[in-house]
Amino acid sequence: MEKKPAIELKNITKRFGARVIANKNVNLTAYRGEILSILGENGSGKTTLMNMISGIYFPDEGQIFVDGEEAVILSPKDAFSYRIGMIHQHFKLVDVFSAAENIVLGIEDGKYNLKNSIKDITAISEQYGFDIQPEKKIYSMSVSEKQTVEIIKVLYRGADILILDEPTAVLTPQETEKLFNILRNMRDDGKCIIIITHKLHEVLSLSDRVAVLRKGEYVGTVNTAETNESELTEMMVGKKVELNIHRSEPKNSVDRLQVNGLTCVDRQGATVLDDVSFTAKSGEILGIAGIAGSGQRELLEAIAGLQHLSNGEITYINPNDGKLENLRDKTPVQIRDMGVRLSFVPEDRLGMGLVGNMDIVDNMLLRSYTKGKSIFLQRKAPKDLAMKIIKDLEVVTPGANTPVRRLSGGNVQKVLVGREIAASPTVLMVAYPVRGLDINSSYTIYNLLNEQKEKGVAIIFVGEDLDVLVELCDRIMVIGSGRITGVVDARTTTKEEIGLLMTKSKEDGKETANG
Amino acid sequence: MAKVKHHREPLFHIVKRDDMVWWQAWLVRIATIVISVFLMGLLSKMLTEKSLLETFEIMYRGVFGRIETGSTVMLWKYLQEIAILLCLALALTPAFKMKFWNCGAEGQALIGGFASMICMIELGKTLSYPVLLAVIAVTSMLAGALWGLIPAVFKALFNTNETLFTLMMNYIATQIIAYYVYLKGGGSNIIQPVAEGNLPTIGGNRYLVNILVVALLTVFVYVYLKYSKHGYEISVVGESQNTARYIGINVKKVIIRTMAISGALCGVAGMLLVAGTDHSINTNTVGGQGFTAIMVSWLGQFNPFIMVFMTGLICFLRLGAGKVADTCMLNSAFADIVVGIVILCVVGCEFLIRYSIKFRHGKKEVKA
Repeated sequence: MEKKPAIELKNITKRFGARVIANKNVNLTAYRGEILSILGENGSGKTTLMNMISGIYFPDEGQIFVDGEEAVILSPKDAFSYRIGMIHQHFKLVDVFSAAENIVLGIEDGKYNLKNSIKDITAISEQYGFDIQPEKKIYSMSVSEKQTVEIIKVLYRGADILILDEPTAVLTPQETEKLFNILRNMRDDGKCIIIITHKLHEVLSLSDRVAVLRKGEYVGTVNTAETNESELTEMMVGKKVELNIHRSEPKNSVDRLQVNGLTCVDRQGATVLDDVSFTAKSGEILGIAGIAGSGQRELLEAIAGLQHLSNGEITYINPNDGKLENLRDKTPVQIRDMGVRLSFVPEDRLGMGLVGNMDIVDNMLLRSYTKGKSIFLQRKAPKDLAMKIIKDLEVVTPGANTPVRRLSGGNVQKVLVGREIAASPTVLMVAYPVRGLDINSSYTIYNLLNEQKEKGVAIIFVGEDLDVLVELCDRIMVIGSGRITGVVDARTTTKEEIGLLMTKSKEDGKETANG
Repeated sequence: MAKVKHHREPLFHIVKRDDMVWWQAWLVRIATIVISVFLMGLLSKMLTEKSLLETFEIMYRGVFGRIETGSTVMLWKYLQEIAILLCLALALTPAFKMKFWNCGAEGQALIGGFASMICMIELGKTLSYPVLLAVIAVTSMLAGALWGLIPAVFKALFNTNETLFTLMMNYIATQIIAYYVYLKGGGSNIIQPVAEGNLPTIGGNRYLVNILVVALLTVFVYVYLKYSKHGYEISVVGESQNTARYIGINVKKVIIRTMAISGALCGVAGMLLVAGTDHSINTNTVGGQGFTAIMVSWLGQFNPFIMVFMTGLICFLRLGAGKVADTCMLNSAFADIVVGIVILCVVGCEFLIRYSIKFRHGKKEVKA
């Protein structure tokens, strides 16, 4: 079976500044009628490489061939003229427009006729099995629907080389399966599908071939049928990695934090948390699963004293004397002054947990600068702490005085988690702690969390990767549209069960609408 | 090559760089200044009969020469100009570090000067000299702080746009002064210099007090921003309000407190101008330096000591080019043009420090 190459990359190199080489001499071929996975850890240059094909960046060296001819792609518009379309991780849609309006947006053929376009869109949808309402406004769509719009937008422009950047990051297992079926339909139609991902099981279940990148360099391409998880991991990381998360049984677990009837309304008046109640226990990791934006952030921020509540109680049970402390409507400073050792690793590391332009020492200061009566800062203790964290957690940095934004994602997270753990917390909340981290750093973080658990800390872990949640946590609480839709035992549950719970509240809504 | 291409290869493309060491960056900056000074010389060559060297010689005399009538060296005038501009830039810096774009140094200084003027006129004859000086200092700082506080409170409570707000406050200040001058100046619209409440002269030098005050302020602002808890809070709020919230900093309080300080320092500049230099006031007392100070603070990268050099450069050009304009019968706008050219070049060279331009020449050979 001779396959026609759709796109070939030859000796592609891209640098950002002198020190960062995002891609180095990458050679890659993708054929028509196949799904090619680009696999690599975060920061291995997958997205940069694809951005060069779709006209966002321009390579410093090397050539791109489309259908055997050299192509110069200077803008996404040029990419479309080569029938290349990219679906980005962050959607680029106009919220107040309908799906159809977004799809035709920017096409300059002088034939703007929404009715005809809708016909075409419907035809495309039927051909590949999309589920879409062309007249629905973007703002009322779910993440999965928005993604559908992005894909159709690209198809509508006639693209037959499709690049998808981490398309499953925001989807439930059920939605993922649906997307995969559509991608398979497109492949069978002779299109070339390139999918960027770092999830191994997806690679194995979907793609025909896998190209692996490591630190910007092309490692090799293998046929999916002839490989397995551990081989791919080894190619990705460069050495053998143990892929099991160690989980101990909780010991002497007692209630530490009780949340009762938490309700929270955002600025627009929408309810983001609706009657949330749960208990976090010491020596236990409580996982929180849910589609992104279901109220996880608000829940953690409410407990940390950063979110105004319209209703509900947050009670902390002091481990020393068993006294109950009310945390509701307290500021972070007040919570600290009450002697509640609450640590919080927020989702937005450089925008909330740390200050990107400050060095490691000054970031340590964030938690301790108010100490002492002097009007001047004491940088001695934070400096010692910074050195200790760099040493203990093996933070790769030129020194303690390097701005943290210059560190890689994993090292940034080590600094943040290290600081929060240094406060010897009794409650530790972490939101998406391994997002964007390479495999080794991820395991460092899991080990740190387990260590804390064994010390008797109550850990609340908001995660997105269900495989990890199921392996790491003791209990998993599922949140959907701001409501708790179920609490399951992580040792006995399945991903499918959690996936169903994640969308449960939505289904409830549909039923009422129908009835 | 015969095939139809969608596009020609670009001649060059722009790439971000981060590999420049600090001394290389400064070399680029210094080279830029030298080049821009030559540009300026070329401009004056086109407008006048003077050669490049002669122009520079006139500029040098304009700054370091002697005033014909007296024995005062021009140098003191130069240092005085630096002091005032630097004082305003120092005042803006805490606010800028907080990313609060205070464009109201002009108005805050004017109101500070206004407070000094009122004290000098109304209390000058009743209070003893030391008391009077203290009252002048306190009131002008309070007045400047008040002028800075109004937009800060609105920003903190209603998130109004501080840039527009502070700009508008400038116009209000100017109009207040215009009215006051009209009231006090009788028909002439000029307030005659007041003899009471002038800042002391040291060794017969009327500028020395101003210079010393600003020198102290430079150290103060540097230490305040770098080593104090307040300064730390300012940096955190400026970098990320979310982080500030997360850590428990009261963002509103920091905004209001910092603007009070920024305004008060502008008030000091106003006092130095009115009580320390002019002994009178008019709508043009600050003369647009409040806006030049914005640039100084930026070019100095919010570092008080780099700001000293930047003000030194700008004041040198302004005085020197002014002298060239005088000598060669050019319009006084010549000085502004010169300062404009140099600053444009300096700002432009930051682009070369942050990005490099890549040409595609080498590529064809690689292919073979």
